[in-house]
Amino acid sequence: MQVREAPHLATWPMIISPKTLFEKIWDTHHVSQTAGGAHLIAIDRVFLHERTGAAALKSLAASGRPVCDPTRVFAVMDHIVDTRPGRGDGTLMEGGSAFITETRAAANAAGITLFDVNDRDQGITHVISPELGIVLPGVTLVAPDSHTCTQGALGAFAWGIGSSEAEHAMATGVLRLDRPKTMRVTFTGTLGFGVTPKDMALHLLATHGAGGGAGHVVEFAGSAVSGLDIEGRMTLCNMATEFSAMTAIIAPDEQTFSYLAGRRYAPAKFDDPYWALLKTDEGATFDREIVIDASTIAPMVSWGTSPEHSMAISATIPQGPDSAHAYIGLHPGTSLLGTSIDAAFIGSCTNARLSDLRRAADLLRGRHIAPSIRKALVVPGSSAVKRAAEAEGLDKVFIAAGFEWRASGCSLCFFAGGESFPEGSRTISSTNRNFEGRQGPGIRTHIASPETVAASAIAGVIADPREVV
Amino acid sequence: MMTPFTTLCSTAVPLLRDNVDTDTIIPSREMKSTGRNGLADGLFAPWRYTDVAARVPDPDFPLNQPKAQTGQILLGGANFGCGSSREHAVWALAEYGIRCIIAESFAPIFRANCIRNGLLPITLDRSVVNSFGWQTLDVSLFAQTVTAAGIVHEFAIEDEPQLMLLEGLDAIALTLKSLPEISVWTTNDRARRPWVYTGSPA
Repeated sequence: MQVREAPHLATWPMIISPKTLFEKIWDTHHVSQTAGGAHLIAIDRVFLHERTGAAALKSLAASGRPVCDPTRVFAVMDHIVDTRPGRGDGTLMEGGSAFITETRAAANAAGITLFDVNDRDQGITHVISPELGIVLPGVTLVAPDSHTCTQGALGAFAWGIGSSEAEHAMATGVLRLDRPKTMRVTFTGTLGFGVTPKDMALHLLATHGAGGGAGHVVEFAGSAVSGLDIEGRMTLCNMATEFSAMTAIIAPDEQTFSYLAGRRYAPAKFDDPYWALLKTDEGATFDREIVIDASTIAPMVSWGTSPEHSMAISATIPQGPDSAHAYIGLHPGTSLLGTSIDAAFIGSCTNARLSDLRRAADLLRGRHIAPSIRKALVVPGSSAVKRAAEAEGLDKVFIAAGFEWRASGCSLCFFAGGESFPEGSRTISSTNRNFEGRQGPGIRTHIASPETVAASAIAGVIADPREVV
Repeated sequence: MMTPFTTLCSTAVPLLRDNVDTDTIIPSREMKSTGRNGLADGLFAPWRYTDVAARVPDPDFPLNQPKAQTGQILLGGANFGCGSSREHAVWALAEYGIRCIIAESFAPIFRANCIRNGLLPITLDRSVVNSFGWQTLDVSLFAQTVTAAGIVHEFAIEDEPQLMLLEGLDAIALTLKSLPEISVWTTNDRARRPWVYTGSPA
């Protein structure tokens, strides 16, 4: 196969304006173009977890191919680890411990960095990668996990891939990619009281559909985005995969650099000219543009079985596919407010960072969940988040309110065959997917912000967090 | 080496729903081993069985119908394969015998996973896909056509995925041929962006 030489960007200031942020990262990682027209794009970081990582590492080892640079590959146990106190390798999912022990063995054999079950730094991939400064502005980062788009919030080109592609990135240091299209979603204005980044994501999905992003790299921009803290930006970017986007990205700013500076794998200072270039130039064009007035967004809740089946909390349920209404057991034209719920979940790579827990705890402080709630869990996004929350006494607030306080992991964002919610439960959940059976067979999931989960748990029915006073 | 995909003549089994997600294609609880095999039995488990644990087939589910038994083509709606990146969804479909999926659109990770595993994802207009239900289709990847009842429908696919599928190429083996230029690039990059290469704590 013939390989054509690509124009090489020897020094960063030679980048010719105007370009989008994504285009700059693409160009600075472009190794060459293949005869088939694909591009070899250098991959700076690979992150694995035990659910899909063992398969990639084992397959790589079986083919006799080494990991080309183990110092840039990381793995963590997050997907099926037990979140109950005193955990080890055992899992509530039958046979799950094999995923943990095999990932550990394969990671050690490959010489990559592993954050093990009871490591201080263990946590959900997309929570610990920013915490440790593994993701950085302007890097390329891939993981066999769809929510890798979360990490675009730090200004990285970070996206989810399959196990075979993870194997490819580890073996070669590059991926073969067709150049994706670009989209900018601009949120103008400011968010109203009680409205969160989760509501921005659900609003986008409700108005433009779960296929609306269709393989694009989506840059989130505008005053309502730059006004978010780093953790809020991660929540927004997290749901780009629910939009069917390849990924999302937000231009790094002073807040981003000060968040990352000095973290374990990050530079102490961001003083290289490279960092200053990481923004979309004036006049750069996108294949598609969407503009949303953030002040029109209300707290959102999903009503159906796709994240696009979301609505303003006080609206009436629209007409959707019959299968969605049948599964969720709610009719078009009725209200979601006041719908009884049986369980509440605060966790996941979407909404389980310290700021999420603080905001939920603020509503729960001095209150108790309704007696009709049969299961209520808080699962911190990382072991570091758990320690920080405990240092502030948030664990005591949640426990006093009737929630269980767990160790970090993905937990009941999805049902792996072990723990679930009580049979037939309707849950209110700070997670990202309300698919049929996602949280367990027959479990009906409503996704919402941590505030809405907390308010609803107190009320025992879907409730507007703005009305908790 | 993947099985090359050149032509396929088979029955098209309609699963004409939008947003078919990979949790439904292969639920997490059906991913019981760390390998790539043993997944076909769990394919579409929540829809395919009336009793998942006892594996009681639902006769109404399209893949369970007698005329689907030789079907190697699956039809879908918009955003097929959305959700989790789990490649197990494609491994399960391939192990079950599906070689081609024709849908209005695909989620990007699922589509890439198809191409890496010798499954051809074809995108066509919704009305065309809907018209294919239970028909015998002739698919030619080289000609980029789907022929149904004598009517030829052209589809688009990028050059590289077409080549990978037609020749059953192993992407890693192919890329490893470019290792010298990748090494040169990396050496230059180490000088430009040393902070990327601090794999051990700074």
